[in-house]
Amino acid sequence: MIAGHDSVIVQTVVRLLLPWIRIFALYVLLHGHDSPGGGFQGGVIMAASYILIGLALGRDELDRSFPEESALRWAVAGALVFLLAGMLGMAGGGGLLDYAAAPVPGITRIDLRYYGVLVIEIGVFMTVTAALTLIFARLAKTAEGEAA
Amino acid sequence: MMALAAGHGVYWAAIALALIGFYAMIAHGNLLKQLIGLNILQTAVILFFIAGSAKWGAVIPIASRAAGAEMAAERAMNPLPHALMLTAIVVMVATLGVALAVLVRLYRRYGSFEEDAILDRAE
Amino acid sequence: MSGLVLGILLVLAVGLAVAALRARDLLSAALILGGYGLVLSLVWAAMGAVDVAFTEAMVGAGAFTVFLLAALLRTSATRTQPRPRARRGALVVTLLLGAALLWGSRDLPAFGDPASPAARHVSPRYLERGLAETGASNIVTAVLGDYRSYDTLIETVVILTAALGCWLLMPRGRE
Repeated sequence: MIAGHDSVIVQTVVRLLLPWIRIFALYVLLHGHDSPGGGFQGGVIMAASYILIGLALGRDELDRSFPEESALRWAVAGALVFLLAGMLGMAGGGGLLDYAAAPVPGITRIDLRYYGVLVIEIGVFMTVTAALTLIFARLAKTAEGEAA
Repeated sequence: MMALAAGHGVYWAAIALALIGFYAMIAHGNLLKQLIGLNILQTAVILFFIAGSAKWGAVIPIASRAAGAEMAAERAMNPLPHALMLTAIVVMVATLGVALAVLVRLYRRYGSFEEDAILDRAE
Repeated sequence: MSGLVLGILLVLAVGLAVAALRARDLLSAALILGGYGLVLSLVWAAMGAVDVAFTEAMVGAGAFTVFLLAALLRTSATRTQPRPRARRGALVVTLLLGAALLWGSRDLPAFGDPASPAARHVSPRYLERGLAETGASNIVTAVLGDYRSYDTLIETVVILTAALGCWLLMPRGRE
């Protein structure tokens, strides 16, 4: 597996589909406040676009578009975004993850909470996308060098 | 009996799924089947939580932004289990990915997913 | 929420779970499990848990199946033998557990009861004040990202840990 599909139709259709999948993933992420969706769902859709690359275009293409090392960095960065957004509230004298206490002038408390949720959803999105892509890449890749 | 099934049938389904998964985990000789059993056991727990959030005649927990629109609590599903199970499902797939990685390592070492064959070759 | 639809879907889910475990061919088992995930996502949708249904449709029916297939195609194990050993002990333990769970389920509130303890505790406040307090009209997002964000923070770290574990467990394949 993971050598790419031989059919040019599959490869072309996948290349055409990829941008739409990613736009939908971002829509699901950013519209999570008002409709079903959010960081977890958007992240899985985004990871699906990379898994599709691995399945249809081959693992070399997957390595090019999302190398494992950068996937690991994105996963860590996502968790850090979440944690730092939560700690902003502590800087303003509130508790951890108390978005309304963040010391940002000129924004009402309710807007602070709105954007706080948005920022942590983006952090979740980054971690889920990178983690699922990494797990797939590792599961699909190892057998390549397998002797048995 | 029918009234009891309407009130508790969902719990029975959750118990049935949990037992199917549990039995597969302890009785099946194939490690991959045991993993599938674990997945079914996990979804049984999720079913139990989501069943606790449901209310007859209620709508999905999305409020209206229209001015003056009030959200009556007894007319919408309980959102708390939804949020908890949502994260649980994604964590489930990530941890099952780790379990699959362990299984693939085992396979590369012992050449089988069968518990008996692995135990034989490990000695 | 329709009781009849829910009942049919639940029977289908239990049947697919049994079929996935009884399949002799591991590839078939993986694909049946994908179908099981899809039926479950319909169950969540029928119970009004749209966010959970959305996630399950992608994770249970999609990502997990792909992971299983990737692992299976990597190894050449396709078939499984029925286990030769006696399994009476396992059956007895399972039936005892089932009896205990059934015994305990008698005390649970009836399914769909709007006055059940779980529905009266903190969730009415989330539902009634969620939009006004957090600005998110999807109350599940409000609970996930605001009211219960500690939980979500730790879950994110768990996912990160799982990715790290997979990365460490699987050595880089030969290029």
